[in-house]
Amino acid sequence: MSDQLANIPIESGIGSDVDELSSDDAERPGGAKSTGKRLTRRRLILRRFLRNKLAVAGVGVWIFLILLAVVGPMVSPWAFNDVDRRAYLKPPSEQHWFGTTQSGRDVLALTMQGLRKSLLIGLLVALISTTVAALVGSFAAYFGGWTERVSLWVVDLLLVIPSFFLIAILVTAGPQGGSSWLLLVLLLAAFSWVLSARVVRSLTLSVKEREYVLAARFMGLAAPKVIIRHILPNISSLLIIDATLGIGGAVLAETTLAFFGFGVQPPDTSLGTLIAEGQRLATTFPWIFLAPASVLVVMVLSVNAIGDGLRDALDPNSSSGGKAT
Amino acid sequence: MGKYLLRRLLNYAILLFVAVTLTYFLAATQLNPRGLFEVRNPPLDPASIEATLLQYNLSDRVPVHERWWTWFTGVLQGDWGYTVDGGHVNDEIKRRMWVSLRLVTVGSILGIVLGVALGAWTATRQYRASDRAATVGSLLILATPVLVIATVLTILATKFNQASGIRLFEFTGETGERGTYPLAALVDRGQHLLLPTIALTLIGIASYSRIQRNLMLDTLGADYVRTARAKGLRKQKAVMKHALRTALIPTGTYFAFSVATLFTGATITEQIFTFHGMGIYGVQSIQQQNVHGTVAVTAFAGVCTLTGAVLADVMVAILDPRVRLS
Amino acid sequence: MSIDVTGDRKVRRTQSGTVLSVADLHVTFPSEAGPVRAVRGLSFDLAAGETMAIVGESGSGKSVTSLAVMGLHPDTAKITGSIKLHGEELLGRGDAAMSNLRGNELAMVFQDPLSALTPVYTIGDQITETIQIHRDVSRSAAMKRAVELLDLVGIPSPQLRVKSFPHEFSGGMRQRAMIALAIANDPDVIIADEPTTALDVTIQAQVLEVLKKAQRETGAAVILITHDLGVVAGVADRVTVMYAGRPVEQGAVDEIFYTPRMPYTIGLLGSVPRLDADVKEPLATLQGNPPSVVELPAGCPFAPRCPMVQDNCRVIEPPLYPTENPEHTAACHYWADIAAENRSYRDIFPLPDIPTSQLERIPRDQRRTVLQLEGMQRHYPLMKGAIFRRRVGTVYAVDGIDLEIKEGETLGLVGESGCGKSTTILEVLQLKPPTAGNIVVFGKDVRGINGGRERKSLRRDIQVVFQDPMASLDPRMPVFDIIAEPLGVHNVAKAEVERRVVELLELVGLEPSHASRFPQQFSGGQRQRIGIARALALEPKLIVLDEPVSALDVSIQAGVINLLDELKAKLGLSYLFVAHDLAVVQHIADRVAVMYLGNIVEIGEVSEVFRHPTHPYTQALLSAIPIPDPRKERSRERILLKGDLPSPANPPSGCKFRTRCQRFATLTEGERQPCLETMPDLYVVGQDHNSACHYNEERQVV
Repeated sequence: MSDQLANIPIESGIGSDVDELSSDDAERPGGAKSTGKRLTRRRLILRRFLRNKLAVAGVGVWIFLILLAVVGPMVSPWAFNDVDRRAYLKPPSEQHWFGTTQSGRDVLALTMQGLRKSLLIGLLVALISTTVAALVGSFAAYFGGWTERVSLWVVDLLLVIPSFFLIAILVTAGPQGGSSWLLLVLLLAAFSWVLSARVVRSLTLSVKEREYVLAARFMGLAAPKVIIRHILPNISSLLIIDATLGIGGAVLAETTLAFFGFGVQPPDTSLGTLIAEGQRLATTFPWIFLAPASVLVVMVLSVNAIGDGLRDALDPNSSSGGKAT
Repeated sequence: MGKYLLRRLLNYAILLFVAVTLTYFLAATQLNPRGLFEVRNPPLDPASIEATLLQYNLSDRVPVHERWWTWFTGVLQGDWGYTVDGGHVNDEIKRRMWVSLRLVTVGSILGIVLGVALGAWTATRQYRASDRAATVGSLLILATPVLVIATVLTILATKFNQASGIRLFEFTGETGERGTYPLAALVDRGQHLLLPTIALTLIGIASYSRIQRNLMLDTLGADYVRTARAKGLRKQKAVMKHALRTALIPTGTYFAFSVATLFTGATITEQIFTFHGMGIYGVQSIQQQNVHGTVAVTAFAGVCTLTGAVLADVMVAILDPRVRLS
Repeated sequence: MSIDVTGDRKVRRTQSGTVLSVADLHVTFPSEAGPVRAVRGLSFDLAAGETMAIVGESGSGKSVTSLAVMGLHPDTAKITGSIKLHGEELLGRGDAAMSNLRGNELAMVFQDPLSALTPVYTIGDQITETIQIHRDVSRSAAMKRAVELLDLVGIPSPQLRVKSFPHEFSGGMRQRAMIALAIANDPDVIIADEPTTALDVTIQAQVLEVLKKAQRETGAAVILITHDLGVVAGVADRVTVMYAGRPVEQGAVDEIFYTPRMPYTIGLLGSVPRLDADVKEPLATLQGNPPSVVELPAGCPFAPRCPMVQDNCRVIEPPLYPTENPEHTAACHYWADIAAENRSYRDIFPLPDIPTSQLERIPRDQRRTVLQLEGMQRHYPLMKGAIFRRRVGTVYAVDGIDLEIKEGETLGLVGESGCGKSTTILEVLQLKPPTAGNIVVFGKDVRGINGGRERKSLRRDIQVVFQDPMASLDPRMPVFDIIAEPLGVHNVAKAEVERRVVELLELVGLEPSHASRFPQQFSGGQRQRIGIARALALEPKLIVLDEPVSALDVSIQAGVINLLDELKAKLGLSYLFVAHDLAVVQHIADRVAVMYLGNIVEIGEVSEVFRHPTHPYTQALLSAIPIPDPRKERSRERILLKGDLPSPANPPSGCKFRTRCQRFATLTEGERQPCLETMPDLYVVGQDHNSACHYNEERQVV
């Protein structure tokens, strides 16, 4: 799992207070300051995003993948649990575009089914963990004092425990069967919010001193309302990026777990489980491995490209495009 | 300062204690070593099973807090407990941590050095072809699970060995058959390390170059780089001396942090290339219902993380004068 | 001290004495919205030892000019025209050739001295680097020179300070170090881009002195880029006024200030509140905003805001016409009309009629007290550490102050940054008991407030307007929601909210039809008006104004000040007005309190305090404020304070001001005793005028 550590953004880890994200205002109206033809913020962001070809391609690929996962199984001649007794371990052919497995299942149908679950896991984990991170981080920073200390301590604690082993233990001992993947989603989410919560906290610390937040406070607005109405919307660019990148992270984490048998449990299947199964025969029957692996890489790559494009588009400091003084 | 450091260490000790205790309770209640005996054929005598479990403090019939206390008093004396078949956890860890270190050191260092260089270079060439190529390459690697990278490398290496007729790449374990020429042992180890090192280096380059590029982009636009140019430094030199130096602070910190975690290994790489390291020990412990092994690996990883955090703080103090003085 | 280290004195003066010659400079950048024509047709010649000021508001192209001369503009910029140094063309030279000139013959001082120095190298390293780039000298020789330079710019104990890092220096010291860096190689041209904008006035006075000294030592020509007309009057020989990328008036400093011929310059001069103003009169307001340099209308860029505008102004952009004096040029078709009648801003710009408040007729002591502070203290623990934060000391942010604001009255609270004025207003706004002492709002003791409901109802009567009009409005909310928010919080009915927002927008001079726009779509001055409308929504009695105009351009500032004046009279408001600009305070306030390190050192009726200051700090502060009047500036004697504000965590014993006090320095040993031992009380020195000095003595400084 330390292989995966490399994907985590720099944080000097426990207890140190290095705030990595430059909290520079994401709200300045882009480069077009005081121009006559004022571009609205939304149009400006869209324009900057569209300039990033990679990100635009990412959006296209995602739409395609979602269609594949949702519509694919309906139109495919093979269901993922169909067994073709005439074709065991057959390479790609007209009947089976991506070949078959040793038990005679259609690799394409399996991949679509796995993709469906992986997408679901990625989206759910990202959604839950970003929500938790946003709430914990912003409340901790806004209230300060004990709220903040306790939250930071919990964050540190979760960083000290290697989450991989804990998830593994709980999945091994947890309930098996159809809905066991929901437990996996919760477990993945439970450990993936911590670093984002720290970033949210440090951003909130700077946003909370902004004058419009003070203004809201001094007009008598209650604290939770201040956070929800004024703070969270103004760090939403970070949250959007975080959630986007979180999707890829969750899918990769599930793959790692699946490799050791701690991922989605049969009869369910995910891209991770398919890759893990395929890996054992990868050198001799590469198609079983390559189909789900490529789909997974394409999916994570495109979602990360979208995240990158969003970062460039939402962050006025990045110099994608012209600059006015 | 000393007092402050002491408080900090105390806090770490508490964190670690809570983390490890939680893990113990989790592992002790969720894992089931008794199950290992119950599936044996021919069936074993329940009394002798119980005796064995009791002997190793693994019986689920003893209340968990009592087991914990026995285990904890052992840990205080440096004894991390035994497996059901009598293996001593201490021995495993002592052996395996060095295996992990041997596996990941070269790859990690190459990854960070090359990654930082690539990131700094591409930042100065933002949105040019070379930058875009590096970005696409990094994103591709980061989007690929280690498992897939390692497997693809294995497939490619097999092809290479077949095509060239030399066994350049070795696939399993740390050592294998070796010749009798001088330094043969070293060459043999090198051959076994080649593939995992390539895998780890690639991942390191991809992630560090992304991080370093972003850090550099922040400092490139900084006013002090403009000042350096206004002094008469050429662009390249102003960037190297002023922007890169400042942008290296967080990277240096992260490097210090990751040094300690080298011991915990790279689980998937270990599994695929059959290195008997720490990571895979953790996985096997869980798979084999080895309560004490699981907890020990967790604790070991926690210690490494916290040591890394301390090292990172020390590194910041060394690199950043703003922190050094206050 | 000689500036020359190696003795290779450069042969540099051309025959005419001209060092730098810029001709028809145009700079264009690409941007999202189209090409930004940042500079259009700037020309000037600069002689050795001469100081030229480039004056303009944000976006006028003044900073772009400086970067173009240095060759430090972004690569995307397109530059045409000519920039000649000693007769040699600079445009089109490569980075290598320009690098040989930069730091050697061309030097630059930047605005923000904190970000302009590399945080990880010592000051000494950064100065020696500059020297060693251009001179083949040993490191120890360069270091010795660095020490000399730091001494020259007035850094105490330079041998020690040369080893300091930038963050260990205060803002003023950093700017001194920047100047040392700039003059290290005896440059021929020094460009100072808003060198004092980020500094307090007392520090600004010090730094301007250092800059003058540096110029004397090097004999360099100086280009001073600034928006502050007072600074220009005190420092410049010649002035170029820029508007929308164009030079609109050029000439000797006296001619620009006393006989301006371009309506924009005239309006600018009329819109600055002046410390030496004898009677209060409304400021000239320039309608509208500077145009976008992306889509410039045809004709004169100032035409849309010019009261003298004629039809041809909208068609033909005026060139710089020579006026009576050919050296003095102005870009106005009608300069001759202005010259014939020698029109001032009073003749050209409409001056608003500002009504006087009903309340002003009631004697002060018969009016209700709106806010009262009694011995208020706010101390903060000084904390260190990340997880286990430990207390290492106390910050005496506000250390016992008494204030009183009556109905319909404006109290100005002035002082340098760090003096405690911001803490004071935060305490007032928080409506919570201070560390010690008391706050009484509308007769209600804040210590007696129990529970949020009572506090919330008090908040209706006390509202705030912040400094930064961008930061004080939530960028994600349309203007309607922003202004309606306080009404919503206090449960005003929906229909009523609708009506009230429209009314408020009209009151502050904004189009009600713009209510659905977002703050980003407004200019700085308009945003500040939105902030004022929000503050007025609940019909408060007291408005706390935290530097409400300091972030605005000069021509915009006047309109907001006039609006505040008008609202106060119309609505019978009281203001607590916090500012560092004493001229603004003098214009708007009835009474003023001067703060230093958490205490009030002088307080009273504003004209009394400003005309007859008796506390040495007030005197120094007032004397540091530049007046936009070159003759007055030349004859003024400046009181330069020593050093920086001490830390509020570790204030000096006795009188807190004694460490920097100019009067303390002249006292005998025996006379100094009280200053060293006791903090002086506020002694009565006149009718409604108190001053906290053991040796109060009046001195004229304006």
